[in-house]
Amino acid sequence: MKIRIKFSKHGNMKFIGHLDIMRYFQKAIRRAEIDIVYSEGFSPHQKISFAAPLGVGLLSEGEYMDIEVHTSKPSQEMIKALNAVMAEGIEIISYKLLPENSKNAMSLVAAADYMLQFRETYKPEDFKSFQQTFLEFINQPELRIIKKTKKGEHALDLKPLLYAAKVQGENIFLCISTGSSDNIKPELVMETYYHYIGQVMPKFAFQVTRLEVYANMGNNEERKLVPLESFGKDIV
Amino acid sequence: MRKLALSDEILLSVQQPARYIGGEINMCVKDPKKVDIRFAMCFPDVYEIGMSHLGIQILYDMFNQREDIYCERIYSPWIDLDKIMREQQIPLFTIETQDPIKTMDFIGITLQYEMCYTNILQILDLGQIPLLSKDRGEDDPIIIGGGPCAYNPEPLADFFDMFYIGEGETVYFDLMDAYKRNKENHGSRKDFLEMAAQIPGIYIPEFYQVTYKEDGTIASFLPNNPCAKPIIRKEVEMDLNHTFYPKKPLVPYIKATQDRVVLEIQRGCIRGCRFCQAGAVYRPVRERSLEFLKEAAYEMLKSTGYEEISLSSLSSSDYSNLEGIVNFLIEEFGQKGVNISLPSLRIDAFSLDVMSKVQDVKKSSLTFAPEAGSQRLRNVINKGLTEENILDGAAKAFHGGWNRVKLYFMLGLPTETVEDMEDIAILSDKIARVYYAEIPKENRNGKVQVTASTSFFVPKPFTPFQWAPMCTKEEYLGKARIVNTKMKEMLNHKSLKYNWHEADITVLEGVFARGDRRIGKVILRAYQKGCLYDAWSERFHNNLWMEAFAEEGIDIGFYNLRERDLDEILPWDFIDAGITKEFLKREWQHAKEEKVTPNCRAACSGCGAKVFGGGVCYENKN
Repeated sequence: MKIRIKFSKHGNMKFIGHLDIMRYFQKAIRRAEIDIVYSEGFSPHQKISFAAPLGVGLLSEGEYMDIEVHTSKPSQEMIKALNAVMAEGIEIISYKLLPENSKNAMSLVAAADYMLQFRETYKPEDFKSFQQTFLEFINQPELRIIKKTKKGEHALDLKPLLYAAKVQGENIFLCISTGSSDNIKPELVMETYYHYIGQVMPKFAFQVTRLEVYANMGNNEERKLVPLESFGKDIV
Repeated sequence: MRKLALSDEILLSVQQPARYIGGEINMCVKDPKKVDIRFAMCFPDVYEIGMSHLGIQILYDMFNQREDIYCERIYSPWIDLDKIMREQQIPLFTIETQDPIKTMDFIGITLQYEMCYTNILQILDLGQIPLLSKDRGEDDPIIIGGGPCAYNPEPLADFFDMFYIGEGETVYFDLMDAYKRNKENHGSRKDFLEMAAQIPGIYIPEFYQVTYKEDGTIASFLPNNPCAKPIIRKEVEMDLNHTFYPKKPLVPYIKATQDRVVLEIQRGCIRGCRFCQAGAVYRPVRERSLEFLKEAAYEMLKSTGYEEISLSSLSSSDYSNLEGIVNFLIEEFGQKGVNISLPSLRIDAFSLDVMSKVQDVKKSSLTFAPEAGSQRLRNVINKGLTEENILDGAAKAFHGGWNRVKLYFMLGLPTETVEDMEDIAILSDKIARVYYAEIPKENRNGKVQVTASTSFFVPKPFTPFQWAPMCTKEEYLGKARIVNTKMKEMLNHKSLKYNWHEADITVLEGVFARGDRRIGKVILRAYQKGCLYDAWSERFHNNLWMEAFAEEGIDIGFYNLRERDLDEILPWDFIDAGITKEFLKREWQHAKEEKVTPNCRAACSGCGAKVFGGGVCYENKN
């Protein structure tokens, strides 16, 4: 049975990196006595895979992992069992059975929602004017940047990869391309904004929270973004 | 959410922020306002090392079982954070509550190896606690040291208010109760120290006066306070089946060095190797029962979710029910995705069979620790492993599919000759020859790989070699060169690999291991010059240490290069570790005569540990 688990990452857990979160869940699954499938061999591994790595320092309302189990109790009981062994800051939100032929979460990832909050000492003095400038910035026909990757630098237009953006209250919301092909970090959008206003983004200006991770069930012209959890259904 | 001592900006600027935030699975949470005593247990090295230590997990669990005590943890901030904390004057904090360590009642520092001594000063310094015991006031925490290096605490005497000599399970609660009583009676720090001095196992350095002879050796070592005991006997937990053991050990988020459940199957060792301090000071051997271990294994695996369990002891092959515990672990957990990791066992039919069940033979290697290359020198050090044992074990292993062998040796052992050193190469070559002789070409899985590693021997207190001279750095390196040259002359030199260590650290370890109170000022000066994390070879600055010795006028040769007189008062003579000085002298003599002493189960050699009234000394003597 393939299961998709959604969890949130709050508080001090943001300091725990992706690889350590994977190790954390391997142990948590054992503590919760989940009937997980192991690989063969001298050092058997759990069948477990994560959707999209979250950088150190980021919070999240919507992280995903897929696991394979031999047997399972109803979703509500499994959520309870897992939450009973979680560390403060990690909470299991949903536990859904996937259809047998479904793709794994990692290969489905196409976009993600982010919320960016100014850290206390980095707040703009005049929020109204910030909002105005920011909207001017994203409404440009093109957002040309130089993207630095492991392979070197290349020119890129951010515009088609930025699916939505708004400022609400004191928070910035972005929906951007995520995943293996065009992975855009929210900080890159903000760095480009600071460049637009002739400044350099302070390293710790924002607390970033990932809100949701989506698959694209449409095509490149007409996107249809659906949250990864919607592929499965509750076990009752 | 627990409030952290460090800001996001700092935590996101340093390596591994998880070292400093706590919140691990099984961390103990208490309201500090509702306890009488706050005790912080410190491992003076980086988090990943400190979290791997079983002793602290035992004491953490023990203290926290008491409602009136909150035991927290402290580790050394890594260099990156150290710099930030100094620049911004951020006081060092505990992991649990993130409160400044100077607000604790006690700071217990475990002394696992000599090269952590400057890290102790870093802890106090960043903690904004006076480095010297004599400068501490009524509001400062009591700094208490324990662990193996407390068997010669003298080089650290200036920095500690007290030392706990021996195993922690026995009298810590008495010490805590005395502290509470003193607090209730509004007693002073001095009043408490005097109460503590009367508790067995507790040593208060300031209550002793040391005088020296003209030649630099100790003239007298006597209490100068009526509450202080002239002799301090080590504490021993005699019933390991009815004592504290952490059923819910802490589980770090980042990978610790020891990232698994640890099952301590016994304490002590029957072997009596003459170089080994652990084998001496943890006497007598005491075993935990199979029932105790089974229950502990179940509970710890359940509460941690670890995917690996390891046995721990000085010599697991001597545990009387090794087959019982190993078979239990394989049968019970082997099918549940739990890896079973076995510490270096004596290589025999049983251990090879077990190892082939729990590990991939092709990927693992076989380990022998002959410690010396020749039988003559192995007799000197009383290492009861013969060449026949080794070659026979290797042959069996080669037939079982292994083709990698690791060998551990020491250089600089007492009475060592050039032949003894060269025999390291010859023995390594003989093992390679066994492979090519025993395994027909068509069955070979490539070449055999024999890796020999040497370390330089450091004589330790309470061993028969405590009187032995050491060598200079140059002499040590010369010994390694002799082995290296001989290795290259061997028939199978292409199958042999030889590793040796730098000698600088050995020289310092020698001074700290057998040093006296006068060494304290060298440690302080070296720390002030920037020495820190000396156990990390890339952080070790020998030149700064040499400057510190020179500026304090301390001669390394006095501590390392002379053979001590049997009548000399040794700095640790005030400690009674059970084994008597007469026994050690006898063993020193036997070593010189190349005479082997049987292990504790074969025959009692009257070491003195019988006074503790149990363990191997009383086996089968109900």
